[in-house]
Amino acid sequence: MAYAEDAEHDDLHQPRSFYAKYIWSQDHKVIAIQYSLTAIAMGLVALVLSAMMRMQIGFPGSIDMDSTAYYQAMTMHGMIMVIYLLTALFLGGFGNYLIPLMVGARDMVFPFVNMLSYWFYLLSVIVLLCSFFVPGGPTGAGWTLYPPQAITSGTPGTEWGIILMLVSLIIFIIAATMGGLNYVTTVLQARTHGMTLFRMPLTVWGIFVATILALLAFPALFVSGIMMLLDKTIGTSFFMPDMFSFGSQLEYQGGSPILFQHLFWFFGHPEVYIVALPAFGLVSDLISVHARKCIFGYRMMVWAIVAIGVLSFVVWAHHMYVSGMNPYFGFFFAVTTLVIAVPTALKVYNWTLTLWHGNIHLSVPMLFALAFIVTFLVGGLTGLFLGNVVVDIPLSDTYFVVAHFHMVMGVAPILVVFGAIYHWYPKITGRMLNDSIGKLHFWITFLGTYLIYFPMHYIGLQGMPRRYYLFEDYQFIPDSAHSLNAFITVVAILVGIAQLLFLFNLFYSAFRGKPSGGNPWRAASLEWLTPDTPPKHGNWGPSLPVVHRWAYDYGVPGQAEDFVPQTASAELAPVHEGDKNE
Amino acid sequence: MYTNSNTLYLSRDKDFLRRIKTAKTGLHFLMAAISSMFLLFLIAYILRSQVSDWEALSQPWQPLSDTGQLWFNSALLAVASIALEYARRSIKELDNSKLTRDCMLLACAATVAFLIGQLLVWKKLVAMGFMASSNAANAFFYLLTGLHGLHLMGGLVVLAVATYRCKRLAFELQEPLRLRTKSSIELCATYWHFLLLLWLGLFALLTGSPESYAAIAKLCGF
Repeated sequence: MAYAEDAEHDDLHQPRSFYAKYIWSQDHKVIAIQYSLTAIAMGLVALVLSAMMRMQIGFPGSIDMDSTAYYQAMTMHGMIMVIYLLTALFLGGFGNYLIPLMVGARDMVFPFVNMLSYWFYLLSVIVLLCSFFVPGGPTGAGWTLYPPQAITSGTPGTEWGIILMLVSLIIFIIAATMGGLNYVTTVLQARTHGMTLFRMPLTVWGIFVATILALLAFPALFVSGIMMLLDKTIGTSFFMPDMFSFGSQLEYQGGSPILFQHLFWFFGHPEVYIVALPAFGLVSDLISVHARKCIFGYRMMVWAIVAIGVLSFVVWAHHMYVSGMNPYFGFFFAVTTLVIAVPTALKVYNWTLTLWHGNIHLSVPMLFALAFIVTFLVGGLTGLFLGNVVVDIPLSDTYFVVAHFHMVMGVAPILVVFGAIYHWYPKITGRMLNDSIGKLHFWITFLGTYLIYFPMHYIGLQGMPRRYYLFEDYQFIPDSAHSLNAFITVVAILVGIAQLLFLFNLFYSAFRGKPSGGNPWRAASLEWLTPDTPPKHGNWGPSLPVVHRWAYDYGVPGQAEDFVPQTASAELAPVHEGDKNE
Repeated sequence: MYTNSNTLYLSRDKDFLRRIKTAKTGLHFLMAAISSMFLLFLIAYILRSQVSDWEALSQPWQPLSDTGQLWFNSALLAVASIALEYARRSIKELDNSKLTRDCMLLACAATVAFLIGQLLVWKKLVAMGFMASSNAANAFFYLLTGLHGLHLMGGLVVLAVATYRCKRLAFELQEPLRLRTKSSIELCATYWHFLLLLWLGLFALLTGSPESYAAIAKLCGF
């Protein structure tokens, strides 16, 4: 813990000017807020795009949207949600805010690089948004950007949109790498006195492993992005085969579109866990705090996170069953896909067992956490269907797949995002979010998303294909499916509008919310024990906290309070480490 | 970054030792990410090489059948790497600052010469009509050597700063500056060894015979 000793002896250099404090800030908390607000703004753009798509599907022709605009909206919605909202928010937002506070550090270890990471992220966002204003508009290739169609005329946005998309992704990856180096190094090097790896909250474990996945998986997107960019701009043939377009032969020859798919999904599947693992970590902490009970099977939870992280690198081709592959490979990837369900199910059991006999407080963060467990379970179970080759092939490219990934990778992580914001908002601002608005927001969002995505499973089973602009005159699609689509659209618009409640709450409570005090949830982990709320620059005042126990001592018998902070010594309360407590 | 008034830490000797450790951890993860990237390029290269239009640059009638220039370039990068290793060892003693500085200057010069050498190979290929768009093998050559060069150029910025500090060390024999310089040199040395190994791997890949690619591809099940 040499790092902690030095950090205590060093003087703090407080940034003085407005710019140094809030704009060109190197403070992890400010950078976290910058990341979060930018990501939420991008999320709103993607939300509006999805509302437009739903209007077209539910009530064709009701808005001025042609097929080109539909595909552009679809592509941008997917990419923004996955990369620019979820990845940026979990790693750049929560990772930045919580890692130093939870491990007892003054800041990230490379504050300047951390600052650069945000500005690169913002640049990538600006480049992406520029594609709305260039000739031809943004790319409409689908978020998977499969060649050859992504860069061949006929697909929307092949003029400039696809170039800006690829450039933006490359800049984003550079940003994510700079941030990621900070997160892993801070976890490994800057933990405070007594903070062993197995005393870290599961939030830190989730973000830590997800960051390692990001550092190793994003290069695959980088590689495929650069190669496609060269195919588009200087006419190389990495991915582009011999082909005719509009009656004339293109200059490309011999490229392999399947190669792109392998590279893309070698990134794409770990990406699911880059989003899911931080969510797992955050939700574990929410459940433990709001059920006033130690997390069940702490070490098992940590090893499950690690196992999921490792396995996530050997399942990618289950996204490519219909692309064609050696049957033995299909068998291999089906098996690994099903195996990954084991550590994942283990986590779900442990969350449930944490709740068992807990003193459950149905606060807003807890409601979101409980909703996450149910939603993740539903989304995960349909994943078992799709992981099997024989079941996947007929379901491929139907709304069943849309329902599956929205439940497991869209709704479930977003529920955690909301829960975590309601939970940590008092630390960030010193004020509570309004509880009544929070509960209203929760119920509309939770029930609404089920009304949106549950029916999609059924229309998917009926064979309704995804990515279609118009569903008229298909005999296999019954009228009831059209009615259901109209219903989904109405609910989706309502749920979208309900998010304004959250935004209002977020900004209103920052000024008018009830003062929260330092530890409103009576939580045991370090971030709630800062001398100031919101924490000041340097987080801990003159000396760093000394950790004597894990972060989950709730409901310890014989104690005056129902929680024991991580900083309480063994004389005050017996130390129960995670492994001894199972 | 450490001299910025905005950072939290004062210049203390122990602080530098800690920073070396911290920066090394960060560098190791950076090298892991770069390795992941080049490994994926390697797999893409092998897979793409199995398509019938591939014209390996190493075949007897192709420009890379003569690897003289590339061997010379490799030697230059090896010199840079060895010079940095000497610099790392010599800076343990304050009195050796001149030797350290000379080693650093040599490393800078050899690296720049390597990059110029690589550009000469590019120029030769272009002059012979081997454009990136004419065959995927050519495109991979430009892409991989270009990316490797870019990583070296990034390192050169840090190396140049470290060399400047070495120069100052000749006039100001002070322990904090030595430690700071030592930290930069250690990082540069590790990074250069890594990029040398990476280059040797790329060299082997780019000049390998089509039969080797076919064998590796078969082994990988392509």
